[in-house]
Amino acid sequence: MPKTLYDKLWESHLVRCDADGTCLLYIDRHLVHEVTSPQAFEGLRLAGRKPWRVDAALGVPDHNVPTTDRGKGIGDPLSRLQVETLDANCAEFGITEFAMNDVRQGIVHIIGPEQGVTLPGTTVVCGDSHTSTHGALGALAFGIGTSEVEHVLATQCLVQKKARNMLVSVDGQTGSGIAAKDIMLAIIGAIGTAGGTGYVIEYGGEAIRALSMEGRMTICNMSIEAGARAGMVAVDGTTIDYVQGRPFAPRGAEWEQAVRFWQTLHSDEGAVYDRVVRLDAATIRPQVTWGTSPEMVAPIDGRVPDPAREEDPVKREGMQRALAYMGLAPGTPISEIRPDTIFLGSCTNGRIEDLRAAAAVLNGHKIAAGIKRALVVPGSGLVKRQAEEEGLDRIFKAAGFEWREPGCSMCLGMNEDRLDPQERCASTSNRNFEGRQGPGGRTHLVSPTMAAAAAIAGHFVDVRQWEN
Amino acid sequence: MQEFRTLTGLVAPLDRSNVDTDAIIPKQFLKSIQRSGFGPFLFDEWRYLDHGEIGMDCSRRPLNPDFVLNQGRYHGAQILLARDNFGCGSSREHAPWALFDFGFRAIIAPSFADIFANNCTKNGIVPACLPGETVDRLFGEVAASSGYRVTIDLERQQVITPGGESLKFEIDPFGRNCLLQGIDEVGLTLQHADEIRAFEARRRQEEPWLFS
Repeated sequence: MPKTLYDKLWESHLVRCDADGTCLLYIDRHLVHEVTSPQAFEGLRLAGRKPWRVDAALGVPDHNVPTTDRGKGIGDPLSRLQVETLDANCAEFGITEFAMNDVRQGIVHIIGPEQGVTLPGTTVVCGDSHTSTHGALGALAFGIGTSEVEHVLATQCLVQKKARNMLVSVDGQTGSGIAAKDIMLAIIGAIGTAGGTGYVIEYGGEAIRALSMEGRMTICNMSIEAGARAGMVAVDGTTIDYVQGRPFAPRGAEWEQAVRFWQTLHSDEGAVYDRVVRLDAATIRPQVTWGTSPEMVAPIDGRVPDPAREEDPVKREGMQRALAYMGLAPGTPISEIRPDTIFLGSCTNGRIEDLRAAAAVLNGHKIAAGIKRALVVPGSGLVKRQAEEEGLDRIFKAAGFEWREPGCSMCLGMNEDRLDPQERCASTSNRNFEGRQGPGGRTHLVSPTMAAAAAIAGHFVDVRQWEN
Repeated sequence: MQEFRTLTGLVAPLDRSNVDTDAIIPKQFLKSIQRSGFGPFLFDEWRYLDHGEIGMDCSRRPLNPDFVLNQGRYHGAQILLARDNFGCGSSREHAPWALFDFGFRAIIAPSFADIFANNCTKNGIVPACLPGETVDRLFGEVAASSGYRVTIDLERQQVITPGGESLKFEIDPFGRNCLLQGIDEVGLTLQHADEIRAFEARRRQEEPWLFS
């Protein structure tokens, strides 16, 4: 029987299955960060257990690290303790860690692929919902809770039930100036934040195939914003070219052997999905969220919707609450919304390609007078170094952006980078939830080029105009 | 984990959909390296009028009188009635830790986010799925009568209303079993250690690059 990519990845990792479909799934790669792991390590210690396989794990601090000068260490004692706890746990249990001052440190979902730790055909987990990012390499990757972090450390397995298969096919070609972020926000707008619940999403179609690995990672990253624990893209030449030569990728004869296997990692002709969603790439316009859920999204030439026209009372009330929180009136043109702050970074859009795209828009321009602050937070130390080698940092600084050290930063504000109440942010991150970027902060999710264009104009604009 | 059989408790309604885990327990509390002590900060930004931080004495903080859990009639609630896609967003297990620490033992909703539901059954909380229309009706009944209590019978997968009506709910069977028996899941998996080793040995041969 023809199989989907998810079927293949699932079946190749099954250790055992019970009659009711509860299975033990083997985990190849376990990424560990400081926020969701301390209680898991403590659980191991209390039970007197040892990690099953330390070479499958990689630790990195990312949520709490400062993005300003690190010479002074971490100011906040709670953040410092959490990072030091990760350092101590990795040392005690023998897990490789890229500590805060290692140039390889960065956001866990940036460094996994960057290092070749994430490989096609693997299962990848992390105590973080954006683990879905790694599915871009043709891997089965999903976020887990802290109890499961402990479970993987102790057994190298997870107790899982198979999810259903969903294909999201983005057919045809996108217009020029459309970013992977726009495609994904359009998908979430179409299927809703619970549209993928219970499914693993495979992204396919011409517009997905045309994306770089960075773009595919942006798409898979936000699968969880559509409710799906995992998203994935089939392996092709783009995947293999990306992996080749990465520090932890196979070499020599093993590389040849791996590539032969990886080339089988696609859905078979005639494979059956439980649900298929098709989008016409040509209709996708630059997207901006206006509310407090990623599904509350509109194209740049659209308007903030009017809750009065929503029939479902629960939805209507949700919209009203969102507009009150966001300080927006129904009917406001999206292009009239004026951000105070620009945030470029996160596991969604903190890769080199994102920085290049934003810098290309900013080159020779200055941020508008109304912009209070503009931050660039590269996704990893190596992304930062690469950007500096290409001179991107000079473009950002000349435009009025602050050039920061790598980490999660203002995506969720666990370090000191956060919004003030009512501060409005054009953000390349993944969640516009109430308080996500800081208590009372107002988030508009956009692509890196849309954030850059808004920085120059002082309000949201159609970045496609910049190209003309 | 404490085992769960049946529970009769007061129901508190939280009438909004897509309640995310950032709302359940905001990020500043994730800096704790403990598993306990999150209850006072549950729904912190909705519950209090000031900004909360770890270590604050919450008994002195100004409460938001409009937030449902601050209303006297819902004090001591053990069952939360919620809307679609409850627990979406971040995978933080601090969310069920906070709900449990506050006193919740079950959540009734039309749907839950996958990771959140999974985290609940590992922490003594029953995520009970009922159809949207039934949940709608329960919201009406909770609003209409103060002191509205239901029984959650996990063995039979039933919510029993004060009127004696039995409503069959959905829950993942493995999670249900773990809750019923208060199982240590790691211990359960380690009973299959030989099978894991055999799988690993085969994998090492087939995909050696994953082990070097």
